[in-house]
Amino acid sequence: MLWEVDVHLRDATTDHAARALVAGAAELGVDNCAQAKTANGWLIEGDFSRNQVEHLAAVLLTDPITETFTLGEVGDQSLYASCAELPTVLHVLPRAGVTDPAAQSALEALSLLGLRPLAVRSVRKYWLPPIDPSAALRLAWKLLASEAIHDVVLGPIQLCTLSGGQPWIFVQESIPLDGLDEQSLMRLSRERCLALSAHELHAVRDHFHSLGRPPFEIELETIAQTWSEHCCHKTLGSPIDHTGPAGEAHYDNLLKETVFAATHAVRESLGANDWCVSVFRDNSGVVRFDGDHDICVKVETHNHPSALEPYGGAATGLGGVIRDVLGTGLGAKPIANLDVFCVGPPTTIAADLPPGVIHPNRLLSGVVAGVRDYGNRMGIPTIAGAVAFDPGYICNPLVFCGTVGIMPRNSAMATVLAGDLIVVAGGRTGRDGIHGATFSSVELSSGSEHQSGGSVQIGHAIHEKILTDFVLEATQQGLFHAITDCGAGGLSSAVGEMGAQLGATVDLDHVPLKYAGLSASEVWISEAQERMVLAVDPANWKKLACVAAAEGVEATVIGTFTGTGRLVLVWQGRTIGMLDCHFLHEGRPRQRLRSRHAIAAGEPSTWPQLSAPVSQADALAGCLLDLLAAPDVASKESIIRQYDHEVQGGSVVKPLLGPGTGPADGTVVRGVLGRNRGIVLGVGIRHRLGKLDPYQMAAGAIVEAIANATAAGANPARIALLDNFCWGECRSEESLGALVEACRACYDTAVAFAAPFVSGKDSLNNVFSWTDAAGLNREISIPPTLLATAMGQIEDVRRAVTSDLKQFGNRLAIVGITRDQLAGSQLQWLGRVQNGRVPTVDAIACRSVCETIARAQRTEPAGLMVACHDCSDGGLATALAEMAIGGCLGARIELAQVPIEFLEMTAADACQRDLAIAFSETPGRFICEVPAEQVAEFETLLAGLSWAWIGCVLPDKQVEIVSVDGHTTSRLSLSQLAKAWRSLASS
Amino acid sequence: MLSPRAMILRAPGTNCDHETAYAFERAGAVSRRVHLRVLVQKPKLVNDFQILCIPGGFSYGDDIASGRIFALELTSHLADVLHAFRDRGGLILGICNGFQVLLQTGLLLRDPLTGTARASLATNQSGQFIDRWVHLRSVAGRCLFLQDIDVFELPVAHGEGRFVTRSLEDLNHLDATGQLVLRYAPDSNGVSTNPNGAAGDVAGACDESGQVLGLMPHPERFIDATQHPAWNTRLDANASGAGLALFASAVKAVSS
Repeated sequence: MLWEVDVHLRDATTDHAARALVAGAAELGVDNCAQAKTANGWLIEGDFSRNQVEHLAAVLLTDPITETFTLGEVGDQSLYASCAELPTVLHVLPRAGVTDPAAQSALEALSLLGLRPLAVRSVRKYWLPPIDPSAALRLAWKLLASEAIHDVVLGPIQLCTLSGGQPWIFVQESIPLDGLDEQSLMRLSRERCLALSAHELHAVRDHFHSLGRPPFEIELETIAQTWSEHCCHKTLGSPIDHTGPAGEAHYDNLLKETVFAATHAVRESLGANDWCVSVFRDNSGVVRFDGDHDICVKVETHNHPSALEPYGGAATGLGGVIRDVLGTGLGAKPIANLDVFCVGPPTTIAADLPPGVIHPNRLLSGVVAGVRDYGNRMGIPTIAGAVAFDPGYICNPLVFCGTVGIMPRNSAMATVLAGDLIVVAGGRTGRDGIHGATFSSVELSSGSEHQSGGSVQIGHAIHEKILTDFVLEATQQGLFHAITDCGAGGLSSAVGEMGAQLGATVDLDHVPLKYAGLSASEVWISEAQERMVLAVDPANWKKLACVAAAEGVEATVIGTFTGTGRLVLVWQGRTIGMLDCHFLHEGRPRQRLRSRHAIAAGEPSTWPQLSAPVSQADALAGCLLDLLAAPDVASKESIIRQYDHEVQGGSVVKPLLGPGTGPADGTVVRGVLGRNRGIVLGVGIRHRLGKLDPYQMAAGAIVEAIANATAAGANPARIALLDNFCWGECRSEESLGALVEACRACYDTAVAFAAPFVSGKDSLNNVFSWTDAAGLNREISIPPTLLATAMGQIEDVRRAVTSDLKQFGNRLAIVGITRDQLAGSQLQWLGRVQNGRVPTVDAIACRSVCETIARAQRTEPAGLMVACHDCSDGGLATALAEMAIGGCLGARIELAQVPIEFLEMTAADACQRDLAIAFSETPGRFICEVPAEQVAEFETLLAGLSWAWIGCVLPDKQVEIVSVDGHTTSRLSLSQLAKAWRSLASS
Repeated sequence: MLSPRAMILRAPGTNCDHETAYAFERAGAVSRRVHLRVLVQKPKLVNDFQILCIPGGFSYGDDIASGRIFALELTSHLADVLHAFRDRGGLILGICNGFQVLLQTGLLLRDPLTGTARASLATNQSGQFIDRWVHLRSVAGRCLFLQDIDVFELPVAHGEGRFVTRSLEDLNHLDATGQLVLRYAPDSNGVSTNPNGAAGDVAGACDESGQVLGLMPHPERFIDATQHPAWNTRLDANASGAGLALFASAVKAVSS
C-alpha cells in the first residue's frame, strides 16, 4: 500500500516557500498567482493500517506546535483539496534513483518505531490559484524543480509503488575495434560517452589486437575513466611546441615543467628547511605545520554538474573535496572550507539566455544553498571565498570548493601492500553519477540536461559525516594501509589508482547497492557519493568492521590488492574483465600539441565623455559609490551568513569582522584548539584579465592570494599555493597558447615568491554550444580563469591583523607603487574608462613588499600596524572605504602623496589622474594603519620601498579623499559608503 | 577533589562535540565524547558523570525536523535513565541542536497535563540558516548554568531556532515560573539582536529544577577572546571568552 502524509504549517505567514513562489511567479510574469500554499509530503510504501500511519505522522513527521498533517492513500482526493482559491496542485519529487536524503532519514527513523516500510520518498507540494496548466508547469520548472533530478506532477500523483529495479542479468558485451576507421571510432566514443580521441582509441585497438581479442565493454569503460581529462591532466601534461612573446618554447610535459618545476625549484632552494611533505602525488598537498601536525589542502572544481543542477552540483563538489582531504595519506581531519563561484551578472536578462541555461541569480542561490547545506551539516567552517561576475560565465559557471585538513605528522605517506583487502565504506552505490569523469571532459550544450542527467548527483552530508567520524577513528587506531575517495570515475578510478602498481581483483557483485538493477559496469564507474576505498591488512579487518559498526557506517570487502600487476574484474565468480595495469596507467598515447600566443599591444586609456558634466570631487565620489556596489566588490554578507564559519571553534579572523562587519582579506583558523599556531587562507582571481593577457591574469591572481594572506598576518616564507585552471575550448592553438602563458606565469611568480604549489586541478573545455533563434550554431567559452589559493601559516593567531580601522589619529600608509594600468579594472567595468594597459606584476618588488609588511607585523612587542588591507578590486579608494566600514571610523587621504609610476597618462587631466590613482588595481599594494608611537620605527623598516604616508584615521564617520591637485575633496559619509557596499544583498 | 565529569553525547551528524568537550575541559571538567549507540547499550555509563551535554550539529541530518530522531532515540531507549540522572542532581545541557532535542524529549518545558512540550523551535523568520553574533541577557534564577552571568555576547548558527509556544498563556506561564532564563538583548545602538523572530526574544530556557538548560547560541564558540569577530579592536587577545562562564557555572554547581 502507498500512503501519503502531508505536513502543513499552522501559521501560514511562516510559509517561506509559498512567499518565494509568489514572488518568483510575479518575476516570471505569470498572472493570477498572488497566493500559494506549500506542504512537505511523504510517500510511504508498506503494509500499514491507517492507524499506524497516523501514529508515525504524529510522532515522527509533525511538530505538534507548529504543524498539522493530513494523510491518505496516494490519489485520495482529500490530499488535494485545500481551499477553493487554490485548486491547482503541483508535486515536485526526486526522480526514481536520485538520492533522497530526507526519505532515507525517514526510512531509518521509521524502523526505530518498529515499522519497516518498503520505500519512502519525499515530496514538495504546492497549491496555486486556478492557473493554466502550462503556466503551472512553467513555474515548476523555472522555480521549483530541476530537470536533472526531479519529476513534476500536476494534479494527483498516479503511483502505486515506489520500488523498482530488477536484478541485472549478466551479459558479456565485446566491442570489436579492429577495422574501425577514424570516423567510426569517434562515433563509438561519442555514443558511449567515452570522451576518448581517435588517437587514443587507436592505441586501445592496437593493444587488444595484440591480445588477440576485442575489449569487453567494462574494460573500455575503465580505460575511458582512467584516461579522462578529469583524471589525468591530459592537455596540461602533453608535449607542446609553443610560440609566445618570450619566443619559442618546447615542453615535454607542460604541467611538470611549469607548475611542478616551480615547486621543485623552491624546495631545492629551501634545502634542509624544505617544509613541503607530500605534493602533487596524493589527493591533496601536504606541508609541515607544527611539531606534531602536518596540514593539507585541496581545491576542486565542479562546473558542469553545477551548471545543470546548482544545488546538487555544488554540494557534491564540496563533498568531493572534503573526501580528498579525508583520503590524504592515512587520513586528515577537515577543518576549513572555502568556496569561489564565477557566475553571470545579476542583471542578466532572462529572455536572452540560450535554452537550457539557468539564470545566474537562481544559479548562485542554488550553489550557495548546496554549499550551505553540505558544509554546515559536515560541521566544517566555510571561512573563505569570493564571487566573481562576468557575462562570460552565464552559460558555464565555475564552482570551486576547497578544504583544509590537519593530520598527525608522519602520516602523509601511505602504501598499499599486496594481500591487502579492498574495503569500500560509506554510502551505497546507485546509478547516480554515471559518466561524471568523462562528462566533465566534454563540452556542455543546450541538451546536456537531458543527456547527462545520470551524471548529476545529490549529496547526503550526514552519510559523509559519519564516514568521516569512522575514518578518523580508524586512522587513530591505525587500521588501514592506504585510503582514497571515490570521486570521478568511482571505484574504477579509486581502486585503479590504489592498485596501479600491484594490481587488484574486484568482486563487483559484492558492492552494496542502493537498489537492484545496476550492471557490472555501472557498479564499477558509478560516482555515487560518500564512499571511500581503504586498503586493509586482513588481520585488521575485524577491528575495522567493529569501528564501522560503532559509527553506523557500512564497510564491505570487495576484493584484494594482488601484486599480479593486473586489474581483474569479477562478477559472481566469473572474470568479466582483465586489464594490464601498465597499459591502463602508462599506455595512453600522448599527442604533441602546438600553441601560440601574441600579446595585443595595450592601447592607451580613453575616457568617454559623461553625458552631464560633474565636478572633480563628485566624479570621484560617484565612482567610489558605484564601485562599492559593483557585484564583484559589494558585500557578500547575505551569502557568508548562510555558512557556518565558526563551527569547530577555531576561526580567528572571520570573513566579516570589526565593529562594522567589514570584509576580511585572508581568514585565519587555529590548527588545534588550545594552541596558537594558525592557518591563513587567501584567494586570488583576476577574471577580467583572462582575455586580455593570460600571463598577467595568472600572475595577478597569485599575487592577490599571497597579499590576502600576508595582510592577515601569514608568514610569507610559509605560503603554499594551489592552482585551479578553468579554461574554455583548448582545441585551437591560440587558446592552448593562453594556457601555456598562464602556466609560465605560475612558474615565474611562484619561484619569485619562493611559494611552492602543493596541489591543483584543471578544468578544461568549459564551453557551451547551442543553436540560436536564427538556427545558427553558436559556441561560447569562459574567460580564461585561474583561481589561486594561498594557504599560509601564522605563528601566533593573537598577532593576526584585520582590515578594519582601529583608532582615530592613527596614520595611514600605502606600501607598493601605483601604476596607471586600468585595463580590466572595476572602473572599466563601470564604463568610466576604456582600453588601457593590463596591470603588470613585478613579482620581485611584490615579494619585498610582502616580506616588509610581515616584518612590521612581527616587530615586538605588538607589531607596527593595527590594521592592514590589500588593494585589489576597486583599488585604493575602495580598500580604504572597506576599512572605514569595518572599523566604523572615518579617514582622510591625499591622492597627491600616493607613489605612482605613470606610463601613459602623464598629460591626463586632473580628474582622470584622480580616478587613475584612486581606482588603479596594480597588484601587490597594502594600506597600513600605524599608531603614532610606531611611526618612526615603521619609517625605518620601510626605507628603500615605494611607500608613503597618505593620511590618517578620523573620528567622524566620513571618508575624505583629496584630489591630486589639492583643490577639491570628495567627502562621503560612512552610511553612504556602507549602503552602497551592501546594495547587492538588499536588491 | 576529583574534577567533575561531563559526557558529550553525540549521534550521527553531531558536529560540535569536540569544541564542546574542549570548553568543559577549559572550565575544569573532564569530558568524554560518547556515541548514543554506546549509551543505549550501556545506560549505566551515565552514572560516571555529573554533567550530560547534547552538543550542536545536524543529528541524523535534521531532514525531517531538527533533533526529531535524536529525541525519538532518547525517549525510546533512555527516558528513565535521563530522568533519574537529573533527579540525582545531574546537569543536562542542550546547545543548538541539543536544545531542539531536549524540547522534544520533554525534559524541558513539558506540560504535565498533555505530556508534550509547551514550546518548540521553528524555522527562522527569515526562512534561512544564519550565522551571526547576538547580545544576550540572562535572568538566571535557579538555573545552575547561568549563575553570575548577566549580559554577554555569543554566536548563533541555525536554521530552526525561532522559539514558539503553543499559546500566549504558555509563554506567560513559562515566564512567570522563571524558565525563560536567556533572552536576546539589544546591541549597543539599541537595535534588537533577536536573529530568528523568537517569541519573547527567548534564546534559552531551563526546567523548573534549574538543572536542565537548552539554548540556541553557542557558548562553546566563545571560550577565547579571539573567537569574537571584533576581538582585534575591543578585546585582549589573551582573555577568555564570555561563553566560558556558562561551563564554569555548571562545573562549580556540581563541584559544590
